[in-house]
Parts: sequence; C-alpha cells; structure tokens
Amino acid sequence: MSLFSSILEMFGKAPGKKPDDSAYSPEAFKIHDTKRDPKGKKERTDAIRAERDLKRSHKWRNWRWFSIIIVNLLFVLSYQLDVQLIEGSLLASRVIGFHMADLNASLQVMIAHKQILTNLVIGTITVLIMWWLLGGRTFCSWVCPYHLLSEIAEYIHLKLTAGKLVRDMAMHRGLRSVLYVIFVLLALVTGYTVFEAISPVGIVSRALIYGPGLALIWVLALLAYEVFVTRRAWCRYMCPIGLTYGFVGITSPVHVKYDLENCLHEGDCRSICLVPHVLEPTKKGFALDTQVTLGADCTRCGMCVDVCPTKSLSFDVKGLNKLL
Amino acid sequence: MSSTPSTKGKVTVRQLRERRRILRSFGTGIVLVGAAMLGFFPVVKKWVERLRPPGAIGEKDFLAACIKCGQCVQVCPVKAIKLGDLDEGFGVGVPYIDARSQACDFSCDAVQCVLSCPTEALSHKTDVKEQVRMGIARLSRPKACLAKQGKGFKGTARGADFKGLHRYMHVDRWTPIPMAEYTYDEDLCNLCVQECPIDGAITIERENFNPEKILGTPLVFDKCVGCGMCEMVCPVDPPAIVIDIRKSWGDV
Repeated sequence: MSLFSSILEMFGKAPGKKPDDSAYSPEAFKIHDTKRDPKGKKERTDAIRAERDLKRSHKWRNWRWFSIIIVNLLFVLSYQLDVQLIEGSLLASRVIGFHMADLNASLQVMIAHKQILTNLVIGTITVLIMWWLLGGRTFCSWVCPYHLLSEIAEYIHLKLTAGKLVRDMAMHRGLRSVLYVIFVLLALVTGYTVFEAISPVGIVSRALIYGPGLALIWVLALLAYEVFVTRRAWCRYMCPIGLTYGFVGITSPVHVKYDLENCLHEGDCRSICLVPHVLEPTKKGFALDTQVTLGADCTRCGMCVDVCPTKSLSFDVKGLNKLL
Repeated sequence: MSSTPSTKGKVTVRQLRERRRILRSFGTGIVLVGAAMLGFFPVVKKWVERLRPPGAIGEKDFLAACIKCGQCVQVCPVKAIKLGDLDEGFGVGVPYIDARSQACDFSCDAVQCVLSCPTEALSHKTDVKEQVRMGIARLSRPKACLAKQGKGFKGTARGADFKGLHRYMHVDRWTPIPMAEYTYDEDLCNLCVQECPIDGAITIERENFNPEKILGTPLVFDKCVGCGMCEMVCPVDPPAIVIDIRKSWGDV
C-alpha cells in the first residue's frame, strides 16, 4: 500500500477495489496465482477448518493491558504517594523533571491561546519524538485509559450483536477528519479549548488521578453508545487525538507487517481490528507485494498478531533488521 | 415491451444503507460538536466565578492557555487547588481555589503552582507572593464582624470538624497543620490580620476611644493579593470578609 493512499484512508477514504494482476509484483503474482488454483482448494479450506481448534494467544493483549494499567497507575501513585516520579496527567506532565505534553491537547492550547510557550513546545517535541519512535497511534492502544474502557464496552457490544440484541450502526470514517477540522477551527475562532470539554481521555485521566466528578457521566454516555449503538464509536469515528497520533505514525519505524505467503485470507484479523481498513491487504488478492506494511491509522495493538493462525502478521521495526 | 421498470428514483438496499450511514455520521457529529459547545454557557453567562490560583492570567486567556493537566494541584502543600467539573463548561479540568474551605496561604514560600504550570497560564512573571493578584478582600458583612462589635474570640477558628490546613510559623515553620488544632484567645478578634500572609495588606483600625468597649474595623490596603486567607479564617459563618474575585485596586 502506498503511503499516500494510507494517509487518505486514515482521513476516511474507503479502501480501493481488488487490484489487477498487472499491479502485483512478480513474486506476489506467483503466490496469488497459486492460491487461485482450484487444485489446492480443498487443502486450503481444510487448513482453515483445522484452525478453529487452535487456542488463541493473548500475548500482545496482555502486555498492552499491562502497559495501560501501569502507565496510568504510575500517574496515580506518583501523586498519591507523593514520589514526584510522574507529575501531572496524560494531558501534560513532568516525568522525572522532563516536560511532556499530549500532542492534541498542546495543539488545542496553542491554537486557542495563539502564543508559543517554551515549556509546552519542549514537552510537545519530546512526546512527538517518543511516539514517532514507538509508532504514533501506539498511544491509543498502549496508554490511553479510555481505550481500555472502550475495549470492555466492545466486548459487551459483540456479545449483544452475537445474540442479535443490537446491530452495529457503522458510521463514515470521514467523520473524524471533519470533527478534527471543526475542533481546530473552534479553538482558533472562539479562543477556548472547546474539545477538552468533552475529551474522554482527559476526563478519565484526571478522574483517575484527582478523583471522579460529574464529567464521568459524559464518558459513561459515550461507553453506553458504544455498547448499544456503534462498535468502538469514539476511537473509530470521532477521536481527534487518534488522528493527531495517526499523523505521527505515518513515517514511524514501528509497524505491523503482513506476509502474503502463508496467509489463508480467513479474515480473523479484520473482524477483531479497531481499524479494519488498514488490514485491507490481507483480503485475498489485495496485497501488491509479498510483504506489506500496514497503514498509518494502525494502533499497533497487536490483536491481529495474536489472532492470526498462520503467523502472517507480525510486529516489525524498520531499519532494525538491517542493524541486526 | 414498455414495462421495463425505470431504474431512476429506485433505491437499492445497499444505497439506502449507505445513505443512513452518512446521515447517522452527520447526526452524531452534530451532537458531539453541540455537546462541546454547551461548554460556552457556564463560561459566557458566568454561572460560576472562580478564584484562580496565584499568577493566573486574564480569565479568557487562562481558560485557553490552561492545558488542564492538574500539575498545580499536585504541588500545593495545603491542597488549596481543585479542578473544575462538567458544570463549568470550558472550565472542565481548570484549577480554582475555594478560599472558604481551603485558601492559599503561601506556605510553599515560592508560588510552586506557578513554577509547575507548563503553559504559563499561571504566569511565570510572578516570582514572589507579593506580586500575586487574585482579587481583593472586602468586608462584605460589617455587622457580623466580631471586631466591629467589639467582641473577642476564643477557641478554634472554624470548629473542630474543619478540615482546612494552615501554616502557623511559630508552631511549625515548614509544615502546615489543621486549623482545628490551633486555638486562639483574643480580646478583640483580629484573626484575619494575624493569618494574612502579606505584610501590610490588612489591619484592624480603632473605631472609638472608649476604653470600656474597644471597637475595631478591618481595613484592606492595596497590598492585598486576594489569596483568601482572611475569608478562610474568619470565625463567623458565613464569613464577614470575602474575596472579590479578579477585582484590582483600580476598580474600587
């Protein structure tokens, strides 16, 4: 997938149609062609059937949950026990004295306040470099406390949809880009950080550290919406913070890599993914090359890596292979 | 055959679904932006006026510059700073001080909250407590003032259940103690003057020359920074002296 189309898809463009044979690389064409062969069809379907009995790994999910809990717990304990290791909240903090600032929050402040603030710029650049190294939206799935709550909501939602009690009311992914522009314009025109009034990330982070308040009602309303109406509504279709970190992730070295060769295209990865459009190349006949890097919008959560029965999806760090 | 049905005006299920999806996205987007914009009302209508921490820049700029991280909350030794809730609109997560329940008494000695602020919403131009301008103290209920009535005061300022902290320099130079642990014994109540952290901001002026019954009146001077310590310590309830938030000496 080209970088450009990966960015457009992050903004909400629907993924393209199945490519022509001429678009494949010679090696990819060979694999696609073998998989099209009716001769091996039975083996392939048998292989998919055999996967049903495989026990699913939860390795990355467990690490990820551990990471979300540990990071947020550090904020809480640092204040409660007054050890001053991480002061502040996810919006802005001082980690052993070093300024850190959430990219979206600091963007909102700079646009609303219309001033360049030295400490904020230092904190923003530190965080920018950090998340570029770690993969951009890695923030979403490895740190954001709302993500964890939303995963619980998603679990309930999927149980309800399986029982045909509710139906996932999907939305257009372009909504997030529109909201992003609206909130930037609102901050610019009104001079208030309008988005922060409803940001569940800020609200949950503050509630954890400084104690709960009425603002949690808003978060509960969002979660209820995700349980009963739209699967992962906030993270998928709305959150401007996710888009900000998505920009960072465009060129990030940490990403999930897809190997065409052994993939049986059963689609387990796409059914569990928060942003399934990045897994478009895993559809049969969609990968242009034998190895494909997933798009910028990927949150690097590793659920697809866990679920893939053929180990066709894996974490990869660009440049590291060369070094090793 | 003339009965070929025209495809014009006929909508397939798929198109209908797509149309609904777009409409739903629009609707959700409007509700979300609307919800965020509701934050305007408490701010513009000034439903709640808050005493901001030391060094706070102008209210509108303050709401814009504050990144709502709460680092100022964490450094305050008397835990005077609290964060705004949902009912404050754009003031969600913005720090304020409720002087009556816990005022800033500058027991940190170095305006720590200002130093902790990453966005200079608490302006770094503030170096010492004397430069702070949060508001001005005003004797709002002169009739209730004990000094005005010529009364003394014995006991704890706010009762045994009061949770507020204060640093009594002669008790412990470094650590604030609960106000409920400190007892006063004054012939003429002057708690506001005793506990004022700013030199020459407030005095009790003699009102009469009758040695049988001395009457006094608290006088606030332009050195007052509006920290709210007098409002916190005032033993009558509701307090006889309050802070006029963000008022400066020029307005009076």
